[in-house]
Formats: sequence, C-alpha cells, structure tokens
Amino acid sequence: MIHLKNITKFFHRNSVNEVLALNDISLKVEEGEFITVIGSNGAGKSTSLNCIAGSFFPDQGSLEVNGQDITRWPEYKRAKFIARVFQDPLRGTCANASIEQNMSLAKLRGKKRGLGIGVKKRDREFFREELKQLDLGLEKRLLDTAGLLSGGQRQALTMLMATMQRPEVLLLDEHTAALDPKTAAQVLDLTERIVREKKLTTLMVTHQMKDALRLGNRLIMFHRGKIIFDVKGQEKQNLTVKDLLAKFYEIQGEELSSDKMLLA
Amino acid sequence: MTWYAALGALEQGLVYGIMVIGVYLTFRILDFPDLTVDGSLPLGAAVTAVAITNGVNPFLALFYATLAGFIAGCVTALLNTKLNILHLLASILTMIALYSINIRIMDGPNVSLLGVDTVFDPLIEMGIPGYLAAPLVFGVFALVVIIGIVWFLFTELGMAVLATGDNSQMITAQGVNTHSIIILGVGISNALVALSGGLVAQNQGAADVNMGVGTIVAGLASVIVGETIFGDKSIPRAFVAALLGSIVYRLVIGLALGLELGEFSIAPSDLNLITAILVVLALTAPSIKKKVLKS
Repeated sequence: MIHLKNITKFFHRNSVNEVLALNDISLKVEEGEFITVIGSNGAGKSTSLNCIAGSFFPDQGSLEVNGQDITRWPEYKRAKFIARVFQDPLRGTCANASIEQNMSLAKLRGKKRGLGIGVKKRDREFFREELKQLDLGLEKRLLDTAGLLSGGQRQALTMLMATMQRPEVLLLDEHTAALDPKTAAQVLDLTERIVREKKLTTLMVTHQMKDALRLGNRLIMFHRGKIIFDVKGQEKQNLTVKDLLAKFYEIQGEELSSDKMLLA
Repeated sequence: MTWYAALGALEQGLVYGIMVIGVYLTFRILDFPDLTVDGSLPLGAAVTAVAITNGVNPFLALFYATLAGFIAGCVTALLNTKLNILHLLASILTMIALYSINIRIMDGPNVSLLGVDTVFDPLIEMGIPGYLAAPLVFGVFALVVIIGIVWFLFTELGMAVLATGDNSQMITAQGVNTHSIIILGVGISNALVALSGGLVAQNQGAADVNMGVGTIVAGLASVIVGETIFGDKSIPRAFVAALLGSIVYRLVIGLALGLELGEFSIAPSDLNLITAILVVLALTAPSIKKKVLKS
C-alpha cells in the first residue's frame, strides 16, 4: 500500500550543519497495518512521517501509494488519502473557527471546495453523533471555537476530524506527547478504538515503549536515519520493554565500541 | 463641525469603507499585510475614468475597475507565494509598478470626469440633491459588499480562506492549496479597494495617480478604530465594525481639520501625523482601559 524506496534526506545540505536525516530507508506498509514507530531523538521517526505526508521532498528515492508514484506530489494533494495528527494540539484545529466549522473543513479533506454553504444542516446531526463517542460533552458545544477547548479536547477533536472521512493512511506523530498522562491515555484509547473500527492503515510515532508494544501489529525502530528493527505478528506480541531496551543498549554498545576502536 | 461637514465625513467614510473592508480581509483574515492598496485604489479610479470617458456605462466601468484591482492583488500574491518574496515587499513592488501602469492607463497623471455620466445620475434624476445622492449610493455599495463578503466567508471556499489565515498547516493537511487561497483572497481584497477608488473618482470628478498615497495607513487606522470601538467577536460584526471604523476615522479627521487653537490651525498636511497618533491610541486603548478598570 505505501512503499518507500531507498529514501534519503539531508537537512541543511552542503553546510556545516548538514544532517543526514534519512539514510536510504526502504519500507513497505501493508493495508491494515498499525505500525508503532520508536527511536531516540533525531533518529528519523518524524522525518519519515513528514516525508510520507509531503512536508518536503526526499533528496533520493521514491514513494508509492497503491502503486502510484507520489514522490513529487505537494502536501495538499496527498491529503486526499493521508490524514495527520500532530504532536502540538494547537496545530490540528483552527482556534478561531467553531467546532462545527473545523469538522466541516475536515469533512472536505482532499475534496473540491465550492460556494456551497460551509456548515450544512444535515452535517450537524452527523457531527453530534461523532462527537458523542468522545464522551467529552463536545456535542453540546458545536458553536464554541476550538480555541476554548483544552489541549486534550482539541487533540481528541483532531483525531476525530482526521478519521471522520476515512483516510487510506493515518499518520500520528507523538500525538499524545504534549498531554497530561490521564488525557494522553484517553486519546490513546480513542486512537486504538478508531483505528480498529475503521481498519485504518496507521503509522504512530511514540516515545512510550509500553504504548509501542501494546498497540499495533508491527513495530519499527529507527536509529540515526535507518530502520534497525522491524517486527510484526506473533514476534511483536511476544516483545517486552526489556527486549527493546536491550536492543537500544546493543546499538549504543556498538557505537561505544566503534568509538573505542576509533580512539584506540 | 457643521452638519454639512459631518455628511461629507459620512460620505467619505462609506466610500473608503469599501477599501477598509478589503484591508480587513488581508490584514486580519489572511494575516497578509498588503500595501498594494496604495496602487490599486488609483488603479480603480484610472480604469473607471478612462472607461467612462470612452462612453462605457459608469456601473460597467466600476466592474472593469474591480477586475483590474483583482488582477493587481493576484500579482502581489503570486510574487509572494510562487517567487517567495516577503509579503510586504511583494506588495510594495506591485504598488510601485502600478504607479507607472496607472499613468499609462490614463495617458497622463490624471483624467477629469466633469460632465460625464456617473453612478449618481439615477438618484439625481429622481430629484435627490447631490450631497445626499453620494452617501446613499456609497451606503448601498458598502452594504452589498459587506453582505457579499460575509456570505462568502461562510461558504466552503470562504471557510478555507479563514482557515488559511488562522492555521495554514491545518488547512494544508485538509487538502487545501494555501497558495491558491492567498491569491484569491488578496485578489478579492484589491478588487474591493479598486471599486472604492472607482467610486471616489466618480464622486470627485477626477482620477489622479497620487490619490492613493496613504490609503493603507487610513485603512489600517479605520480597521483598528473599528475593532476597538465596535469589537470583532464574529465575522459579520468585524466587517460592520470595519465600515463604522472608517466613518469614525473620517469624522475625527474632519474634526481635526476644523480645529483652531488661537493662531494655530491644523493643515491637511498634518493628517499623516494625526493618523499615526490615532493608530497608536487605538492600539494601546485596550491595555489602558484595563489599567484604569483595575485601579
């Protein structure tokens, strides 16, 4: 379904700050897979998600979705089949627009926008039904602006907006990292439920190893712009935090020993 | 201030109010400070004047002016989005270029519109005196513009314009090409400014290449005065406030011009200073109000 082929991406190329963010990455995501993505800071997790979403174009390599090459498609065009939830709750909704306006904007994701009225009467009922499943009482606040909501409420709303119009791919970039633990757990539960109910193909970046293990049916680990670990199915089910930590130390150990070799 | 002068201020406030609505659209809705208006106001006047002197119906002439303004706005937005030029600089470039273009259009620095048909004729034929006809016509135009723009901002496309100014990342993720939206929005804004210019020319009986100087400052002052006095809680309210702000602004200017302190009296050349002071006062008013209420 999504196929990243030998993607390489530099930031600040040809300057002293040059960073090799993605180093010849290849990844095949199958329909219905829920992949959790882990790795240390700057490993390339978010960069690879941004690359799929089209925030920038790769320096090398290509990207296919359902067999169609979309490497050079601008971000807005990819929105037809890709939905995203960002880490910052403020980025997913318009603060000055009402809840129903935000939902109407999301309902037309990837579709043509014309001069029809923006929030339609029949949509309101649908929005209320959708909001009810959040259990936050938002169904009674359709006219409140999104700026009045708390971070958790906004993120839950964004989650709903991203999936209301079923996307082919859902990209979640540490979407609970900015929330307090209780709210984070609620949004994560919501995520799990929506992904399961709609059978969404999902990539979720997280810093929480427990979440990465508990959720999803495949796990990949990034390190220094490369995918160094990729497990799915039963093997993933059996994985523990201890295994992952061991994996981390293994890499760091390798680095240490290679440093030692360099210094020796 | 005589009531005649007050009527004049109302008239000015209404006709320039159409320009202020355009400025509100870029400055507040799209978050795109646009100085093109200093060029697109005389552009609208020039196109209207040349069209009318060539026998075009005065209403149709305004339509041409609006179209010309739209194109001018699109040029600024294209410079900004496609060529990555800072919005302020892009708009200054279009404004400067329009100076030459306006002189080309008029084949000189100005065109007189004396003794030609204007949009006020139908009312004057009905026996309404000229000093009432102008505010009436401007009021109708301003009202139609406000209704049109508010309706537009509640459509699917209009909501995408609002969202582009609010959170461009969010709306891009919803599949909207923000470049196209900015081009459309800045285009509409300058179309309104040119319409305002076309009406001013018909009222003053001339189009002049220098009539646009200071338009943006007056526009911003009106926007801020309107927001401060009348609020901006909802879209309809914000646009009505912008129009009312324009009227208040012209009234204040009218009052200032009539002011005499012994030997000293205010000259028209002092208007820029007064406008600047007005903007500063309006910008600081909310925080001053808070302090006063606290103490």
